[in-house]
Amino acid sequence: MSEHEKPLLIKDGLRIDGRGPRDLRPMKIEVGIVRNADGSAYIEHGKNKILAAVYGPSEVHPRHYALQDRAILRCRYHMAPFSVPERKHPAPSRREIELSKVIREALEPSIFLEYYPRTSIDVYIEVLQADGGTRCASITAASTALADAGIPMRDMVVACAAGKVDGYIVLDLNDVEDKNGEADMPVAMMLNKGLITLLQMDGSTTHEEFRQMLELAIEGCNSVYQIQKRALKSMFVKTLEEEV
Amino acid sequence: MIKLVLLHEKRDLVVPGEIIAKGDYLEGENTFRANDEIYATRIGLVDSNNKRVSVVALRSFYVPSVNDVVIGKVIEVGIRGWTVEINSPFLALLRGSDTLTKRFSPKDDELTSILDVGDIIIAKIIAYDRTRNPLLTVREQGLGKVEGGQIVVVTPTKIPRVIGKKGSMISMLKNETGCNITVGQNGVILVSGKNPVVEGIAVRAIKMIERESHTTGLTDRVTDMVRREKKELNLIE
Repeated sequence: MSEHEKPLLIKDGLRIDGRGPRDLRPMKIEVGIVRNADGSAYIEHGKNKILAAVYGPSEVHPRHYALQDRAILRCRYHMAPFSVPERKHPAPSRREIELSKVIREALEPSIFLEYYPRTSIDVYIEVLQADGGTRCASITAASTALADAGIPMRDMVVACAAGKVDGYIVLDLNDVEDKNGEADMPVAMMLNKGLITLLQMDGSTTHEEFRQMLELAIEGCNSVYQIQKRALKSMFVKTLEEEV
Repeated sequence: MIKLVLLHEKRDLVVPGEIIAKGDYLEGENTFRANDEIYATRIGLVDSNNKRVSVVALRSFYVPSVNDVVIGKVIEVGIRGWTVEINSPFLALLRGSDTLTKRFSPKDDELTSILDVGDIIIAKIIAYDRTRNPLLTVREQGLGKVEGGQIVVVTPTKIPRVIGKKGSMISMLKNETGCNITVGQNGVILVSGKNPVVEGIAVRAIKMIERESHTTGLTDRVTDMVRREKKELNLIE
């Protein structure tokens, strides 16, 4: 790569894609679009396009992975080779393996795994197009797919990132802001009890900035939750209308 | 003292984690309690009965329960019995000795001559708990290998709707189509009639019940649909 020049990220109080500092990218969620899966969801979050499919609970293969007192949750986060500007090798990278783990751990507390011992619940997340914040969008989509599969849950999980770009605290960073900004902090939450199931951060901030970012991320999670809830409910409202 | 608040009307649509009631209510199906609040665990419609609030799930799967009649498919023949897929997270087992009146001997008795991979059976669950897979029996009236007909699979939570109040829906379907209909609690339904045409009508009626299970006046509409189809196919003598 040649000399990399940092673009101007904030101009006249607006961000590189024209958003205000506290604006979420446009988000759309569709439920139940993978026919062969027990539950599925598709999310478009800005330029991110992600498909999540849930299979199970079902018999565990290989057998010895099964736990006697609860179900196991397995996650695979995978980026399609064409999801990024430079072709990504299809084999799971270090980053994808790590993301699979943190997504699993973000979803695990929401599911009543103890209801179905000796079974497995498998979540497959396929990133078709990536533009920063895929882990957050993946968590939101995966949780929606789990609800669609009829798996009993304590709460839905939603996720949203906040960060620091050119000294400003901003919501929901895109790829350019993530790469050139000072800090990025994804947060996943179960909102009815205000529980945080994922909190990561790279970059550096002051104590006060961290507090502001967390507050903003929680606000973002609330907006995402409304969209997620509407998406789940509209699936049935639609079928209701068709019949009348 | 917290006063009782029911936050949702009957038949309101809720998603997992949505709070349904506060205070001294009892948690019913597909709900859980945290302190004084009751939350939904599945997508579904709120139902309340006295002090018990529950959610009628719109998305669910079959969890085995003792004494349920289920319809399953043999997927494996072992030394002592069969493994049966029953549309549930768990595979069921059927013992070889269950099908014989004499003592079962793996050496002399050929299991594949009784049931083979791919056979459909009607069976009853006789044992199931968290630690073991369900155990089936076919030693009762009406159970055993299925010899003909068509299979329909519906969401297990919609089975009560297919049967109807005191069996009203199912007996109407049987009378109108002349088919024999066996309903498995696992959401698998067997329709066997005089010919594939009448079976087809019953299958389409069951699919319609599944699609419209959350609406009212369904039995009448299904009756109309069945009669209309019979007329179109000139089945009324």
